[in-house]
Amino acid sequence: MALRALKQQLAWLYYQYLLVTAVYVLEPWERALFTSVLLSAAAMVGYTSYVFLPVHLRLALHFFSGVFGGQAESAVTLMS
Amino acid sequence: MVRTSIMVLNGNLTVQMNQTILQNGKQRKNGHVNGEKPTNFPAAKGGSCRQYSPESFEQAPMYVAVLTYLGFGIVTLFGYFRDFLRAVGLEKCHLAQEREEQKEFVPMYQDFENFYTRNLYMRVRDNWNRPICSLPGPAFDLMERVSDDYNWTFRLTGKTIENVINMGSYNYLGFAENNEDFLKTVADKTLQYGVGVCSSRQEVGNLSSHEELERLVADFLGVESAMTFGMGFATNSMNIPALVSKGCLILSDELNHTSLILGARLSGATIRVFKHNNMHSLEKMLREAVCSGQPRTHRPWKKILIMVEGIYSMEGSVARLPEIVALKKKYKAYLYLDEAHSIGAVGPTGRGVTELFRLNPADVDVMMGTFTKSFGAAGGYIAGNKELVNYLRSHSHSAVYATAMCPPVVEQIVRAMKCIMGIDGNTVGIQRIRQLAENTRYFRSRLKEMGFIIYGNDSSPVVPILLYMPGKVVAFSRAMLARKIGVVVVGFPATPITEARARFCLSAAHTRAMLDKVLHHLNEVGDDLCLKFSRRKISPRPVLFNETDFELDS
Repeated sequence: MALRALKQQLAWLYYQYLLVTAVYVLEPWERALFTSVLLSAAAMVGYTSYVFLPVHLRLALHFFSGVFGGQAESAVTLMS
Repeated sequence: MVRTSIMVLNGNLTVQMNQTILQNGKQRKNGHVNGEKPTNFPAAKGGSCRQYSPESFEQAPMYVAVLTYLGFGIVTLFGYFRDFLRAVGLEKCHLAQEREEQKEFVPMYQDFENFYTRNLYMRVRDNWNRPICSLPGPAFDLMERVSDDYNWTFRLTGKTIENVINMGSYNYLGFAENNEDFLKTVADKTLQYGVGVCSSRQEVGNLSSHEELERLVADFLGVESAMTFGMGFATNSMNIPALVSKGCLILSDELNHTSLILGARLSGATIRVFKHNNMHSLEKMLREAVCSGQPRTHRPWKKILIMVEGIYSMEGSVARLPEIVALKKKYKAYLYLDEAHSIGAVGPTGRGVTELFRLNPADVDVMMGTFTKSFGAAGGYIAGNKELVNYLRSHSHSAVYATAMCPPVVEQIVRAMKCIMGIDGNTVGIQRIRQLAENTRYFRSRLKEMGFIIYGNDSSPVVPILLYMPGKVVAFSRAMLARKIGVVVVGFPATPITEARARFCLSAAHTRAMLDKVLHHLNEVGDDLCLKFSRRKISPRPVLFNETDFELDS
């Protein structure tokens, strides 16, 4: 029962996606093409964030704490 | 010649008949007969006086515009992709293409309009040109058609979709009817005169029924004289060239209809466009025109003609007539008023926007209108001074070359006009006008409550609901048809690219039950498609109209 409600909600969300991006007017193979391109782009963004975001965040945090906090931090320690 | 004045008090109808017989040679000024003043139409008891009601053109939130452009961008990309496939030969081209021998010539089908038609319109064109197989009354029947190849070709299945509520026909007063009793005079005239006139007005096509119709139109509008033409579009496009020529200036509203634009271009006059209903823009242009004169020689303009419409059909807005008349008097310009949608549909007795604003019809130099919308017929008229109309009788292209209006149509207009004017004391006409006004008020206020963005004046029976995104426009039309409501949706070339809309035309023939059904389905479809963009907060208390039977908050 809850599963059916969930499926209905997902179908409604898919319908909104079709309407808002105007993919609703395209033929089915064009829809498949567009959706696959969009999903692969989203997957690539997801993978990149997963791999690189923690490292970048840590470095940024380090850099900013160096600006506001102690001057003892130097670039050499960062490289190790 | 019968003049009728109707006073409405408290819902009771008292009809006073003033009979004045027009004798030959009696001078008759606009609206004055024998020195008698034109009848003043008193406001209904308890009603507000007809000031200029505010028009709303609410802007949608920013994300709506962004998503609209995104949608168009995606479809354009796919358009280029499909054009590439067609050019390479991977896909068959269904549309016109140049022949092999012409490939070296200047390309004919590569402009934007053809690109747009091929790649966007063709995909969704099942929403337009739907075949109707009954009278276009408040409900009609559609023929069902399907397409097997994504709308390149259609075939009719043979079934009819019956009793679809008609929210698209210009049937404001419900005169598109096939009741035998009402159409008796039309049938008699057809038996007497036949159907075709077989000549132009100037040759042997001037029937006595045409003369009767023109006298009636002049009487209806309160002017000296009128002339009728067989086609509404041709009335504008063929008569403006007779009125203005090279050396004249036309100041035309931004959103004027194509017939006015075509007539203005054909005339050869200089055309300047002022912002829609914007009096500052108009005044600035008038001052500049009067001060500087014609472009290079600086001679004064031969004529300055301001062209406006009574109700603009895509916006539902009403022209600011009192201010335009004041401006025209100050700067000595002429006014051309196109009342295609407003004649019969606005005003306490259906006389159009001049009555809505309580103006003297003599202030408008050229009054033009069509019989297609409120009268259920075809054709148009131009009315004004006797000298103007006499000039047009011999100099207008439409009068000289076009076939005269055919007798059944003339009789339909005559009967509709007599009904509206209430000649012979019947009240059907005035009841229809009041029903239309009530339907308009009800429909508009309910739509605003629901949260849709609507454009236009509160008293205009044309209601555009803004849909914005191209995908939603198409889905809306199909969803409403599935619920047996026929709507007209309008998109890019006729409206600005971000403002696609569905246009509802209310009719006096719609009952309250029909409107409630339409509103109920609109509510559901609006929720389903997320169309309720309005950010206004509406008070939950009902607005008190002049009704005698409203329920108090219980």
